[in-house]
Amino acid sequence: MNFKKQFREGLLTNNPVLAQLLGMCSTMAITTTLFNGLGMGVSVTLILICSNVVISLLRKIIPDKIRIAAYIVVIAGFVTMVDLILKAYLPALSESLGVFIPLIVVNCIILGRAEAYASKNGVLASAADGLTQGIGYTVALVVMCIIRELLGSGTFGAGVLGADGIRIIDAQYPALLIILPVGGFLTLACLIAFSQWLNRKLAEKEEKK
Amino acid sequence: MNIFLSLFSISLSAILAENFILVKFLGICPFMGVSKKTDTALGMGIAVTFVMAIASAATWAVNEFLLLPYALEYMQTVVFILVIAALVQFVEMFLQKAMPALYQSLGIYLPLITTNCAVLGVALLNIQNNYSFIESVVYGFTGGIGFTVAILLFSSVRERLEDCDCPKAFRGFPIALLAAGLLALAFMGFSGFKVV
Repeated sequence: MNFKKQFREGLLTNNPVLAQLLGMCSTMAITTTLFNGLGMGVSVTLILICSNVVISLLRKIIPDKIRIAAYIVVIAGFVTMVDLILKAYLPALSESLGVFIPLIVVNCIILGRAEAYASKNGVLASAADGLTQGIGYTVALVVMCIIRELLGSGTFGAGVLGADGIRIIDAQYPALLIILPVGGFLTLACLIAFSQWLNRKLAEKEEKK
Repeated sequence: MNIFLSLFSISLSAILAENFILVKFLGICPFMGVSKKTDTALGMGIAVTFVMAIASAATWAVNEFLLLPYALEYMQTVVFILVIAALVQFVEMFLQKAMPALYQSLGIYLPLITTNCAVLGVALLNIQNNYSFIESVVYGFTGGIGFTVAILLFSSVRERLEDCDCPKAFRGFPIALLAAGLLALAFMGFSGFKVV
């Protein structure tokens, strides 16, 4: 098992959002403040690790025909747990993520990793896969949040560093459009284009070696 | 009279102002995945509309008569996704028997609907908004219409994108996202420029 390679894949070459193009609903919908992005990223990472481990443990017991249904039940169980924990200990986060917490159930990243990785590999490797893919997702979310928050509301780290974050651009200048749905599409498009460009550069560099 | 007015406002907001895809960001995966051709996009839209309407009815009933009386609301997510998965399976079997032609054309898209966030989303939003049975069904159905409208518009844009000349890094997915962004901008006109 090659953890370093997995890490690189999760973060860059096989990033769940930027390269596999999975889980875009939440990526565009909730990335308006750093607080939301971090909260969502950490929740998904936790659920991904847990579901990967359980599915990997059960991979020889679950019959092939009903595997998708079985995976969904496992995932839904963990999502419910996280939902209840957030409601109890972080009500502010639960409030601002709203319906997107229960919707983690149908986030394609988790089901995708269960089907593509955890159902074929050992427990430890699956846990590592969950962690690296989760980190890749979190990083993509956080980058989206930082860009959109800076351009859209002119602050950095709202909710994490004080209630309103650090003001960088004076309140009358930011382009509100960027934190509206339109901005989600535009920011993600630019980010994916950037990661495609970066991946191509890296591949060219390796070929030269 | 009043109920018609409220149903009308629910429908109008579900189709235009609060469009599931372009404003609420629910169901982006099929929106990007099956919008390369107009006819498949239409098929997907119809299938989703159908399932969303039935799922709204089924989850409302399950919530009202099963979860609420036994104070099991915290099981909503698990139960709803199971209901939806079962429902999609049932619709698939029913279509296969009753309408083989439609089943043929929807074929592969039907099972995909289980993991469409718009379907689970509409079920959860119905409960959150405290909708009655009729309101839930109307919301589900018109939400599906909104989905169909968006995916149809987008697929015809996308057919033209295929042979456009754009920077290498933007080719394929990113340029489609940009186009979707412009579509979302147009849909914002329906709600006016309001600060969330």
